[in-house]
Amino acid sequence: MKIPMTEYLRIDLETEKWECRVCDHVIAPAEGNYKEGLLVHNRDPRDIHPPVIDPDKYRFTFSPDPDWVRILEFCCPSCGTQVETEYAIPGHPPLWDMQVDVAALKAQWAARGPEMLPDAGPVVVPSRAHSH
Amino acid sequence: MKDLETSAPTPNEMELIKKFLDDTTLFLGPDPEIMQNHDLMPRTADEDDAIQKFSDSHMIAKIRDRIQSGCDEGYEMVEQMGAAPGAKWGDVITGVYSASGDLAIASAGGVLIFSALVHHPIKFIIKNWLNDPTVGVREGDGFIHNDSRYGNVHNTDQSMILPIFHDGKLICWVASTVHEGENGAIEPGGMPSMAESPSDEGLKMSPFKVVENYQIKRDVLTFLQNSVREPKLQYEDMKVKLFACLRIKQRLEETLNSDGPEALTSTLRLTMENVRAEVKRRISEWPDMTVRSYIIQDSTLRENCVVKINCKLTKTGDRLIFDFRGSSPEFTNRATNTIVAGLKGMLAQVFLCYVWPDLPRGQAAFAPIEVITDPHSIVNCSYDAPNSQSLMSIFTGFTAGQHAVAKFLYSCPEKFTKVHAPTFNMINTFIWGGVSQHGETLGNLCADLNGMGAGATANRDGEHALAPIFATMADIGEQELNEEEVPFLQLVSKKMTRDAIAPGKYRGGQGYTMMVATKDSDQWGFMTTAEGAKIPPIQGLFGGYACGTYPLSKVKDVDVYEILQNTPEKFRHSIEEIMNEQPFEEASYTTHHMGMGFEISKRGELFMISQGAGAGYGDLLERDPVNVVKDIEEGLISPEVAARLYKVVFDHTTLAIDFEATEAAREEERQARIARSTPYAEFIKGWNQPQPPKHLKYFGCWGDDIGTLYMGAPDLTRSGDEPKPNYMPHPKDVRIAELEARLAAAGIGGGEKK
Ligand SMILES: [Zn+2]
Repeated sequence: MKIPMTEYLRIDLETEKWECRVCDHVIAPAEGNYKEGLLVHNRDPRDIHPPVIDPDKYRFTFSPDPDWVRILEFCCPSCGTQVETEYAIPGHPPLWDMQVDVAALKAQWAARGPEMLPDAGPVVVPSRAHSH
Repeated sequence: MKDLETSAPTPNEMELIKKFLDDTTLFLGPDPEIMQNHDLMPRTADEDDAIQKFSDSHMIAKIRDRIQSGCDEGYEMVEQMGAAPGAKWGDVITGVYSASGDLAIASAGGVLIFSALVHHPIKFIIKNWLNDPTVGVREGDGFIHNDSRYGNVHNTDQSMILPIFHDGKLICWVASTVHEGENGAIEPGGMPSMAESPSDEGLKMSPFKVVENYQIKRDVLTFLQNSVREPKLQYEDMKVKLFACLRIKQRLEETLNSDGPEALTSTLRLTMENVRAEVKRRISEWPDMTVRSYIIQDSTLRENCVVKINCKLTKTGDRLIFDFRGSSPEFTNRATNTIVAGLKGMLAQVFLCYVWPDLPRGQAAFAPIEVITDPHSIVNCSYDAPNSQSLMSIFTGFTAGQHAVAKFLYSCPEKFTKVHAPTFNMINTFIWGGVSQHGETLGNLCADLNGMGAGATANRDGEHALAPIFATMADIGEQELNEEEVPFLQLVSKKMTRDAIAPGKYRGGQGYTMMVATKDSDQWGFMTTAEGAKIPPIQGLFGGYACGTYPLSKVKDVDVYEILQNTPEKFRHSIEEIMNEQPFEEASYTTHHMGMGFEISKRGELFMISQGAGAGYGDLLERDPVNVVKDIEEGLISPEVAARLYKVVFDHTTLAIDFEATEAAREEERQARIARSTPYAEFIKGWNQPQPPKHLKYFGCWGDDIGTLYMGAPDLTRSGDEPKPNYMPHPKDVRIAELEARLAAAGIGGGEKK
């Protein structure tokens, strides 16, 4: 049984691995930090949150201060899907954000059975008919 | 052993010692035994007896509904008749409390943060005043309270508390709580950022009797009126709260007369016990896991710095434990600390509003959930620390909790709500005060703090400017009505701030622009009390992004009312245009963080801010291109930013989408991501640092070492469990020191002769 744990990650209870739900890539051991199997990019926050007012004129611009915070972007090494972001103080170790008790997860799902698996979540199909 | 036994006091002696200490207590300060506990009181003999006699679940449901309607009726009364702006938008709770003081049933609307923390003052009354011959609790009495060290969020919130008797016996309590605003603090409006000690925070009422025989005591009332800037409001709202309580009392009496006191007692107790049991059952359905998150406060409202709210959420079986150790130490002289009850109230809100909104409102929903903090930390401050801006810490604590909870919910078969990215959490609004156009002294705030953008969910975008995180069913009120009473206009209001975005597969709901300018008063000013001008105060979810940052912009040396009268074509309706184009020639244009201390404004000067966006959900390359273009059409995002971030290919004039080109551009971007990114193990070799960076004043733990708390510099620390003073210098002294250093460097003397 494969348990969807986040929008893009699942745990295969048989192999005890984190997997990518988009491309089936095996990412990392389930009892460990899935981030260790991903790629990371240190993103300047001004790229994502562009200045609304002129950075040449003003101290505060609606963009986060790149000396104060960075965006760590984690993506699947196989398909490039952005699995997680972390707004981090420069140099702060990335968080082990989901530390799963795999034995307990196995026991929980053995009792439940696969018919209880949650919806995989809607896949966005571009709604072309809607455009003019 | 024998020696020890003979030297230890006998139970009799212990009793005597206890009586001696009780009789000679010089000060009944906040009681940690009450204040650190948020669980239900033990079932009493009376409750046990009532449950033996009355436990039919259909009858209990019927009585519960009747009491619920009574609470909602009281809530409506306060909302409709209350004079405080807070009352008008629903910053209110009414409820029925058990004889032991637990909040059993609360009004469905309003501010549910109260549900976990208005019970403390009642427990104080029971413990200290019930059997005190100089006070006592009798039929017709009413008690007032606002000091958050004895319960509640902050001392702008005032409660009216009434005991309910039946045949001479105390059966339960009713209370009504409103965010009143004014409380006589050093700044108007009741939430001073400038407070450096509790003595700067205005009126601090431990629970005391202010009503006898259902009448407000005029002598005490006059004293309270003299203690605040809005004496009429103080009286009016005390009456409103009293009458709301009396209406709920009337509804309770109907039940007492038709079904008897056991039915009421049993309903209150079983409602709480059943909710508590149901919460444990729901928790047990979550995966056993530890989730870590942190949220940064980028200021104390007085100066920018980096203040960590550290959250580790662990679920094992039916236990759920929020561990906030490692969060910033308390600030000895800054107002952003919270008492731990405030944090718990806000965490209760995560569940009551966003996770299990179907549960009956009351104290029980959070009762079985555990919370761990360091002593004297920013989320569990001492009673000597100021806490008038506790919202800063309870809101960021809420977000850490909301972010962590979402990661538990995704795999649950039964969810009750959609998995939800963090909602915007800062009160980006104007607090105001001074003398109005009618000569009245006022101090309060714009209800626009209720316009926080919602986080995206697993299947849709976040809603714009939806509701505050502390009250999902609050209102904003009518700006035009407000303007009849206050001497300023919102010249631009409710217009979405373009490009202040939180992108994702589903984007966060955005916030709107507010521009205010004083008119018709020479004595009027504003303050703002929010963080997040340098670092976003939320995190994104599952690959989605957080919001950006939100500054305060000012335009001075201008009277925009003159401009609007004489050269209206110069006026612009967005912060972007006014600040970038600088259309008023002689004016000065400046930007600031969002912690503006109270500042007197001149007629026609512009103060401009924006509400913030909720967080995005999922990989933005999966966003439907049609929705990206819709955002452009709605003025939420500029075509350039949309094309660059979402990799949608479209004609910038007609906005026609090239779907094939978009798919190709997105695939190219996925490959580019892989190319520019680094494997984790390699990345952290270059990224991880053993200590906080020297260029930031950093407060809290670094990495996983929660035992060491940094206090503003890499070499300045305290251990998590050992309190230590943490003083911040006055920002003006910091500035003077900088300037003196420059003078000294230039060889210009000053100060002492040498
Ligand atoms: Zn993949």
